Amino acid sequence: MQNVAIADQPDHLHDPQTFITKYVYSQDHKVIAIQYGLTAVFVGLIALVLSGLMRLQLGFPDTFDFIDPSAYLQFVTMHGMIMVIYLLTALLLGGFGNYLIPLMVGARDMVFPFMNMLSYWFYLLSVIVLLASFFVPGGPTGAGWTLYPPQAILGGTPGYDWGIILMLASLAIFIVAFTMGGLNYVTTVLQARTHGMTLMRMPLTIWGIFTATVLGLLAFPALLVSAIMMMLDKTLGTSFFMPALVSLGENLDYSGGSPVLFQHLFWFFGHPEVYIVALPAFGMVSDVLATHARKNIFGYRMMVWAIVGIGGLSFFVWAHHMYVSGMDPKFGFFFATTTLIIAVPTAIKVYNWILTLYRGNIHLTVPMLFAIGFIFTFTHGGLTGLFLGNVTVDLPLSDTYFVVAHFHMVMGVSPIMVLFAAIYHWYPLMTGRMFNERLGKIHFWFTFLGTYAIYLPMHYLGFLGVPRRYFAMGSTDFIPESAQSLNASITISALIVGLSQLIFLYNVFWSLRHGKPAGHNPWGATSLEWQTPDVPPRHGNWGHDLPKVYRWAYDYSVPGAKDDFIPQNHPISAFEQTADQHEGHK
Amino acid sequence: MNILRTLRDKPWLHPTAAATAAQYPGPDTTAAMRILLRFILAIVGVLFFLFIITFLARSQYPDFEALAGQPWQPFTDPSRLWFNTALLACASLAIQCGLGGTRAGKLNVTVAGISAAVFFTILFLVAQFDLWMHLQSMGFYIAGSPAASYFYLLTAIHGLHLIGGLVVLSNVVFRVWYDNNPQSLTAPLRLCTTYWHFLLGVWLVLFALLTSRPETINALAAMCGF
Repeated sequence: MQNVAIADQPDHLHDPQTFITKYVYSQDHKVIAIQYGLTAVFVGLIALVLSGLMRLQLGFPDTFDFIDPSAYLQFVTMHGMIMVIYLLTALLLGGFGNYLIPLMVGARDMVFPFMNMLSYWFYLLSVIVLLASFFVPGGPTGAGWTLYPPQAILGGTPGYDWGIILMLASLAIFIVAFTMGGLNYVTTVLQARTHGMTLMRMPLTIWGIFTATVLGLLAFPALLVSAIMMMLDKTLGTSFFMPALVSLGENLDYSGGSPVLFQHLFWFFGHPEVYIVALPAFGMVSDVLATHARKNIFGYRMMVWAIVGIGGLSFFVWAHHMYVSGMDPKFGFFFATTTLIIAVPTAIKVYNWILTLYRGNIHLTVPMLFAIGFIFTFTHGGLTGLFLGNVTVDLPLSDTYFVVAHFHMVMGVSPIMVLFAAIYHWYPLMTGRMFNERLGKIHFWFTFLGTYAIYLPMHYLGFLGVPRRYFAMGSTDFIPESAQSLNASITISALIVGLSQLIFLYNVFWSLRHGKPAGHNPWGATSLEWQTPDVPPRHGNWGHDLPKVYRWAYDYSVPGAKDDFIPQNHPISAFEQTADQHEGHK
Repeated sequence: MNILRTLRDKPWLHPTAAATAAQYPGPDTTAAMRILLRFILAIVGVLFFLFIITFLARSQYPDFEALAGQPWQPFTDPSRLWFNTALLACASLAIQCGLGGTRAGKLNVTVAGISAAVFFTILFLVAQFDLWMHLQSMGFYIAGSPAASYFYLLTAIHGLHLIGGLVVLSNVVFRVWYDNNPQSLTAPLRLCTTYWHFLLGVWLVLFALLTSRPETINALAAMCGF
């Protein structure tokens, strides 16, 4: 092959020189990662503002004139879609996946850097198309993030004309972007690992990102299929999902389609999507915990098996989102069983995190605080998942605030906690500077306690039967007036948590200039990304020679070692050889 | 199995020397391309699998009428589709000959094979488009019946994948031409050949499905639990 990939060459041959080639049309995985990250955080902030507006309406109804029922539904829809797809998926895989994979496996770059760059530009295009829907007649779609037909494309639903088309187009573009990026991630992990980096020596971060990418590559086609078919239903009048119906007194031309078919397709993507977000988070939190507890991760093999097992099982549980769609009880039983089986590998992971902390030399740094916070939020979110996985418990709780509280704890707050842990953990590597520790801790406590102030009461509201997605509750016998006070308190908490994210943004930008220089490996970590010759790593990552790997990624506090960590590229010391010989004699 | 042995590895025991080789040369691009293609085939396979599953599910609703089985249905006599299939099969055969040519170092055979493959592929696409026109003239519009919708949709998606293949193939050929190094064509051309054969296989499945009689479709749907 003549098109020798960037990964084959030492860096000085192709160091980009101009601003445009260095920061805009860059094929460097680190720059692409930061581009992904900044774009994702930007849309994430928009989604955060939307959630604030929703909460204002719920907490203080009849106060804000600009929030009418249509606008409320549009805020709900865009908030959900942006957070799940355009923030979490993009930031965890496009951002951290891009940054960490080549560095952690000891490669110079992704195997196909041009395709990697295209992936970002397609992602940016999908974001632009999505945001454009705010400015078209009728505004963005208000169909809910699940976009269920028939209502998503019928009159009466906000944005049924332009908004839904832009949403479907944006999703299709996003899927193309993700596929190009994802193909790069899996190929790089499988092909570009440096000498000595066997699969089982990879840090769990890479295992999480790798498995999540495989899930994404196989699950996103389901969303693409449903988006294409719904687009045809909307634009060309086909009846894939649209049944015969009368809308606003008018007989429509549709006939015989199946809305439930869309639900199956959507959730065949939608449930693996939960793990596309969760698995990279599982991986990264494992590395943060091990590094800051100065202890090897407990049960490394079991952790890898659990990641792979959860990934495989996630394709067999999708219909637990559809218990109320009128499915055969036998199916309900099947999906409830598979759902509960997933709890086993997930619980193994939680126990292993806790056992990693047990008798560890815990440093309560900011990343560690967020990682420990994650164990709490994830356990709470996971336990309510066991409630909802059972058909009989799910039926009365379906479409109530209990569900909202559950999925926000398990796939909203938890991955966000890990994202903050990861940003604080890898910030010194990415920028060469330390962030402000005090501000970081303030940010943590506001976020951690604040999320409990938001979501714990929501469980209670759900038990009362307060329905989700309602613009206003009106007067209903079974909802006491005190529920409104609770809603107001949730709103105030949400606004405080939202505003406290400004501390984080301030910290990130302030520390870029004023933070203490981080130097090499400030956390004393063992994995390869901290062993680059330059901090932040330069183009090509490794200088002239690629690193060689001699050990796994968790040699912390090894008895007899000089330091409490031994980097992966550290050759075998004399004391290890002696220890090994002792083992051999036994 | 190899992967199971890998997953049983205990990495915390025995740190070992990385490798005796002096310097890791970087990843093998050809092997990386091969892995890339495998994943692409898997993704395309999943895509068509899901379309087919929805087709079978949709076929069980009362308004569904298969496109074959009755005299007035367009594919009761599928001779036009057989002709199109022959075109795509010729494209597959031609690209295989082209690959044989590069392996044997015969530039003429390579050029003839690739040119013929491109020609037959484009001809197939034109013939499919002509078939669309034919169906429309018979009154089978995309929104007319669910089976017709699926026919237009699946042939369009299949055609788009062929066009994607043509773009990649032309990129490969032009780069080889530009570098003036015909030997370097073998590896990427082999991958393109695999892709062409795969799309021929997908087309055969679609062909069989779309021209099936109602009894066959119902039996398939019953096997899938619909």
